[in-house]
Amino acid sequence: MSLFTRVQAWLDERIHWAELIEPLKKKTVPTHKLSYWYFLGGITLFLFMIQVGTGILLLLYYRPGANEAFESVQYIMTRVQFGWLIRSIHSWAANLMIFTAFAHMFSVVFLRAYRKPRELTWLSGMLLLFLAMGFGFSGYLLPWNTLAFFATKVGTEIAGQVPFIGHSLMVFLRGGEEVTGATLTRFFGFHVAVLPLLTTLLVAIHLALVQYFGMSVPPGLEARWKAAPTDACQMKFFPKFFLRELMAWYIALGVLGALAAILPWELGTKADPFAPAPAGIRPEWYFMFMFQTLKKIPAKLWFLDGEIVGILVFGAAGLLWMLLPFFDQLGRGRGRKFIMGAGVFALSYITAMTIYGYVAK
Amino acid sequence: MDTWRNSALLRTLLVLLGIFACGALACAQTQSTCLDCHSALDPPLQVTAEKFAQDIHAQAGLNCASCHGGDPTKADMDAMSKKAGFRGKIERNQIPALCGRCHSDGAYMRQYNPSLRTDQLSQYKTSVHGKLFAKGDTKVAVCTDCHSVHDLRPASDTRSRVHPLNVAQTCSRCHADAAYMKVYSIPTDQFEKYSASVHHDALVVRGDLSAPTCTTCHGNHGAAPPGVDSVQNVCSKCHVFQDQMYEKSTHKVAFQSASLPGCVVCHSNHAINHPSDARLGAGPQALCMQCHSPGDICDQARVEMLNGLTRLDISIKEANRVLGVAESSGMEVSQARLDEDQARDALTKARVTIHSFRTDLVNQDIQEGLNLAAKNLQAGKNALAERDYRRRGLGFALVFILMGVVGLFLYIRQIERHSQKT
Repeated sequence: MSLFTRVQAWLDERIHWAELIEPLKKKTVPTHKLSYWYFLGGITLFLFMIQVGTGILLLLYYRPGANEAFESVQYIMTRVQFGWLIRSIHSWAANLMIFTAFAHMFSVVFLRAYRKPRELTWLSGMLLLFLAMGFGFSGYLLPWNTLAFFATKVGTEIAGQVPFIGHSLMVFLRGGEEVTGATLTRFFGFHVAVLPLLTTLLVAIHLALVQYFGMSVPPGLEARWKAAPTDACQMKFFPKFFLRELMAWYIALGVLGALAAILPWELGTKADPFAPAPAGIRPEWYFMFMFQTLKKIPAKLWFLDGEIVGILVFGAAGLLWMLLPFFDQLGRGRGRKFIMGAGVFALSYITAMTIYGYVAK
Repeated sequence: MDTWRNSALLRTLLVLLGIFACGALACAQTQSTCLDCHSALDPPLQVTAEKFAQDIHAQAGLNCASCHGGDPTKADMDAMSKKAGFRGKIERNQIPALCGRCHSDGAYMRQYNPSLRTDQLSQYKTSVHGKLFAKGDTKVAVCTDCHSVHDLRPASDTRSRVHPLNVAQTCSRCHADAAYMKVYSIPTDQFEKYSASVHHDALVVRGDLSAPTCTTCHGNHGAAPPGVDSVQNVCSKCHVFQDQMYEKSTHKVAFQSASLPGCVVCHSNHAINHPSDARLGAGPQALCMQCHSPGDICDQARVEMLNGLTRLDISIKEANRVLGVAESSGMEVSQARLDEDQARDALTKARVTIHSFRTDLVNQDIQEGLNLAAKNLQAGKNALAERDYRRRGLGFALVFILMGVVGLFLYIRQIERHSQKT
């Protein structure tokens, strides 16, 4: 008897292991020409796990505080064995994770995987994307470098423009009227305690929902399979899909390692709150489309403040986007068309404005 | 009847309004009648209210009569009568004394600006301008030539002719005018030379208001060329360390005994260019060899100092290049970059120490810089070695990852073949 079998028998005797994993053994994944989109969620999960692991390692040396943060990251990058690798992987994985999360979201929209009964899966996924962006925003400031300092200043200023609650929100985020050491410790708290807790809970809910409902099949194919059940093609989750997912993770790891080794994440110069803002202040790329839009909106739109209008439009668009599944069944197919149109528009707009933000002087 | 009454009431009101308007007009006229006429006259008699409002004296509450006498409250020519104390146009030969009437009176000036000096007139009397003026030469500069008149602004105002950025231009109005200066037999190329100098570059191009302009070296109210013996004192007001080194040098004694003007011998006066190591060389910019002979002990010292500076400069540039390569590869070398500034400081210090003309002191600074540059170069090389190590590590990791992917791929195929058979 192999060691693995003996451990299995030991567990089975105590917690009925075989019964516990029985549903997983039966779990299948639909197989069709668009199946590869299913890997995106898994890759995002893998990158999140890397974030947790590297984040814990960074915590061993990182010191939050305006006088220590920059120096501690500098220490991690220059003195700690493989500290540069951990920090670079943490930064690159954060960006790749948000990229794959966006890609996962758009794949769900275009494959209509959000439709009934998976509305809650969509909602939990959207909340996870917002949390990932929150991770990005709060983590960006932690090295306390010039670019991050001023980008946070601009970002929290924009939050301050939200009608009625804007100022209070800005003060809450900054821990005062200005971006100071208090903001840094606050963002650190969000980044390592509040957001991980919420994310872990939501990831558990999201995964549970995915397991419960199974993978969605594109509607056209689903109809064909219903008409001719023998045509339905399924693949066992264990081990076939799991091993394929593992391959995707390996490839993601290779890309991550290459990026970290060839393009180590820059540290920049220490933030000086009294220095004038340097030219070319830009947020992280995933906020660029919003930033560029707010920059280009005229100062006054009729009698309203342009920036406030922009924030309200983004807020409303975000809310509508979250409620997307509920429009699917409206108006005899018109809701579905509206969602497809909204998806194409959102993808084109985000791509175009992001590129414009980087190209524009 | 009612109409008549209304008409009488209206007339009464109009009369009252007329009386009130005349009173108001008369009241306005009592403030200053001078500008009423002089704003309408042609230059040079023209002084507009707008122009005079810019004048610091007007802002302090003084008026035309404060300098010109008369009674500006009177509307007719009585304002300009002898009886009213009218002095009329102030002749050039009266200007310094007239200004000095207030500006030399400490008690009076304290009311307006307690920190303003009150020795301008006495200083002026010691200046070349003042001395010639005392001899009856009215072509020389008087107060209004530099400070302007009727729109006189404080020196801190960038529009003032005596603001640091404008001083050279103001002096050049006379000193660059060959025809005007002909009778004094002095050069008129000072402004042209100064405009090409390192001092002008610092002041005008870089906007460093502490950089020297004409008055910094010559004085303002007491303007005069610094004497041969004073040149070192003047330059040392800013160039403190160069002065300390020069004090230790043999040139100090040699220049003094030959009545040579210290710093100016090598650096000139108005056309002070940015110093370069080439001045220690033997090329067209060479200075030393203008006095020294090839192969003598001083020439040997020159070669030694030049070689040291060149070696340090090359070492710093090499370290900078290697650090740049490491930086562009994404390596963290900020500490070495900070140390690089120290190496550059050592080079600057060595260049300052040249003024001692002592090879032992110069070599000391150069050695310090060379040590720092070597350390920085090593830091850069270490960073590049680390970069290569990382890339090799990545290469190995990618091979293992690829092996893992291929292994998984083969394993999946094997499972699928097995499941197809069963």
